[in-house]
Amino acid sequence: MRRRDFLKSGLLAGASVTLPGVYGNIFARTSSTTPPAFDLVAIKGGEPDAMFDEAIKQLGGIKNFVKKNQKVLVKPNIGWDAVPERGANTHPKLVSRVIKHCFDAGAKEVYVFDHTCDDWKRSYANSGIEKAVKDAGGTIVTGGSESMYQEVSINAGKSLTKAKVHELVLDSDVFINMPILKSHSSTKLSLCMKNMMGVVWDRGYWHRNDLHQCIADYATYNKKPTLNIVDAYYMMKQNGPRGVSTADVAVMKSQILCTDMVVADAAAAKMFGIEPSDVSYIKIADSMGTGKMDLSKLNIKRIIL
Amino acid sequence: MNSPLLRKIRIAVSLIFFIATTFLFVDIFNLITPEVSNKIVFLQFVPLVLKFITVLSFTTFGFLIILLLTILFGRVYCSSICPLGTLQDVINNIAGRFKKKKKRRSNYLTEYRALRLSLLTLVVVVFILGSAVVINLLDPYSIYGRFAGNFFRPILVWMNNLAAYVLDSAKVYWLFPFDLKAFHIIPFAITLAFFVLIFVMAWKKGRLYCNTICPVGTLLGYLSKLSLFRVIIKEEDCLKCGACARECKANCIDSDNKKIDVTRCVNCFNCLTTCPTEGITYTFAFSKNKGEKEELNNSKRDFLTKTSLYLLSFSAIAAQVEKKIKVTKPSTVPVFRKVAVSPPGSVSIDRFNAKCTACHLCVSACPTQVLQPSFLEYGFTGMLQPRLDNIAGFCNFECKICGDVCPTGAILPVELEKKKLVQLGKAKFVEDNCIVKTQKTDCGACSEHCPTKAVHMIPYEGKLVIPEVRDKYCIGCGACEFACPVTPYKAIYIEGNSVHLLAEKNTELKEQQKVDLKEEFPF
Repeated sequence: MRRRDFLKSGLLAGASVTLPGVYGNIFARTSSTTPPAFDLVAIKGGEPDAMFDEAIKQLGGIKNFVKKNQKVLVKPNIGWDAVPERGANTHPKLVSRVIKHCFDAGAKEVYVFDHTCDDWKRSYANSGIEKAVKDAGGTIVTGGSESMYQEVSINAGKSLTKAKVHELVLDSDVFINMPILKSHSSTKLSLCMKNMMGVVWDRGYWHRNDLHQCIADYATYNKKPTLNIVDAYYMMKQNGPRGVSTADVAVMKSQILCTDMVVADAAAAKMFGIEPSDVSYIKIADSMGTGKMDLSKLNIKRIIL
Repeated sequence: MNSPLLRKIRIAVSLIFFIATTFLFVDIFNLITPEVSNKIVFLQFVPLVLKFITVLSFTTFGFLIILLLTILFGRVYCSSICPLGTLQDVINNIAGRFKKKKKRRSNYLTEYRALRLSLLTLVVVVFILGSAVVINLLDPYSIYGRFAGNFFRPILVWMNNLAAYVLDSAKVYWLFPFDLKAFHIIPFAITLAFFVLIFVMAWKKGRLYCNTICPVGTLLGYLSKLSLFRVIIKEEDCLKCGACARECKANCIDSDNKKIDVTRCVNCFNCLTTCPTEGITYTFAFSKNKGEKEELNNSKRDFLTKTSLYLLSFSAIAAQVEKKIKVTKPSTVPVFRKVAVSPPGSVSIDRFNAKCTACHLCVSACPTQVLQPSFLEYGFTGMLQPRLDNIAGFCNFECKICGDVCPTGAILPVELEKKKLVQLGKAKFVEDNCIVKTQKTDCGACSEHCPTKAVHMIPYEGKLVIPEVRDKYCIGCGACEFACPVTPYKAIYIEGNSVHLLAEKNTELKEQQKVDLKEEFPF
């Protein structure tokens, strides 16, 4: 790294720490040139990478979200020490494809991390994501060290008013949220908003203080994902979020792209077979005005390959 | 024999063993695989003897190599292979640079023979009676392992974290901070006490630990009375100048009487280069061996019996004190773990306690840091041996590295598929501490983390779900206890199995139906 880059990134980091919202919003505004034609794209029937190629085309390509020389954070679910077929972690093929698109659009760096539940090194390795990221030219960063998390306040939060958030969330220009759709023993479903538990340090606080409310509270935080990509290729139907074996998994070969977490979660819940209003945190997020779970008025692109 | 060369070879070999063994214990990057790890500790004497007793097989005959080496060449193990020996040499070497060169005539010390033999006997007797506690405390390899794990590893961690911090500030993600998840003060203090003791002994008197306390040193020392090659003083060439004795870090050269105590000579060969007349040499010495027989006198025997009896009664008393570990103080209900949780592959706590030398290699290798040194969790006889500390971490379902690296066979290697069913203990649910009951909100962190779904969620009040434990599927990995967010006390914890059992495979999993990929979207 040259000194100039170092200084520049230092300044940017400083700015983003003090003014994360302002900084993020400026970029968000300047970056979208053509407004996407659809509110949500749902696709099924293909491989994870091929589906993403097709779906992102409908949103005008990743260049609508990623500009030249921007720093991108891709946040998949890498929670568990499990192979891709178990449907516990985001599909590595999808992760590497998204990174490739980002670099094609001129991204300067693409970072990937998750605050894992199992040991981070083993989870990164056995999920296949570490290799996928490295092969695609991205950078793997740990989420397992408290020193990399910085405290922010969640102004609109009811139960969760502050949280320690990973520095990459604060530093990156573009934040791509990539959850995997799966069942969850306590929140019913793990989705976009639930995936945000992997960018904060103290998850126990959420569990102790009304989990659903905390998930919905964090969704109001102003450093929101630029784009959400819900991976529903392997869908864990039962025993989530960890799963016991491949018997838990249905091969759905689906994907949802959406800029709004609540909308994406509502659509994914329906795809799973649950009404969005039955998932408490979706309902709370809807009532807090973070997003709308009613999909009827949206412009949805549906693709079956 | 070309004496300077001998010394150089000794230094080179010992540094190779020392650096490799040290790296093994401080390896926070998981660079060393179990296969390599096994090769590095392959010649460590006490682990090999224990492994020979535990898993009788051809791979465990390494200790015979050490015995053979000793009979041929003397205490090669002590001079070159034992990491604690090399550490003492390093300490003594540094001390030598600080000390003023006194014109002492000799370094010679008389042998504390009664102490040496008593300690060796004590180790053997207590071990035969089923406890490894004395050998744990005194085995030089295990002591070194604890030093490396307790002191050198944190130093590497700090260095790594400092470097990671600097790089991280520059947004260069090459190194990552390593968080040490637990610190147990008493095991650390015991280790520190040993370190201070050995440091002082080595600083002042070189290999004093090896020649008074170390049971391996005593065993190999007396065995080397048979050794074919040894350092000897040639009567006719010796001027009694004492040059050799001053260099001797084992304090075993009595130059006035032109004698070397072969039981204490660690073959460092430092003396060979000092002699002005080549009066001291390393050579074939069978003819010199006159079979010196020493009778133990009554007072020694008395001392021995008394010490063993004292120690045995101590452990008997300790065993009767109920082993309680405080898990949760009453949020509303006080909960105590009665039996500590031993690592998978240890078969039973009694077996484990009898075979483990507490070298802490598994503690260093464990990726989740769930293995932590114990104090009295296993009782007195299991002091310092590793246990599962579910506050620090939990046993990774897909991991079996502790059994793969264990040099003594105390933790046997288990096939991964079998390890996934080995039940170390059972989860106990304390409903009155559970958030779902106390706060009437969803939680389920325990069930989320459960790899077998032994902990599953069942309907509670309204839409709430609450955990339930099914013992038959539980393997006691402790993920539930680790994940339980209740503070300051947990609502679910693992009660150890004294004898490990086999859990049932969860057969309630229903196979998912094939999905019709042409079906329209439900929205």
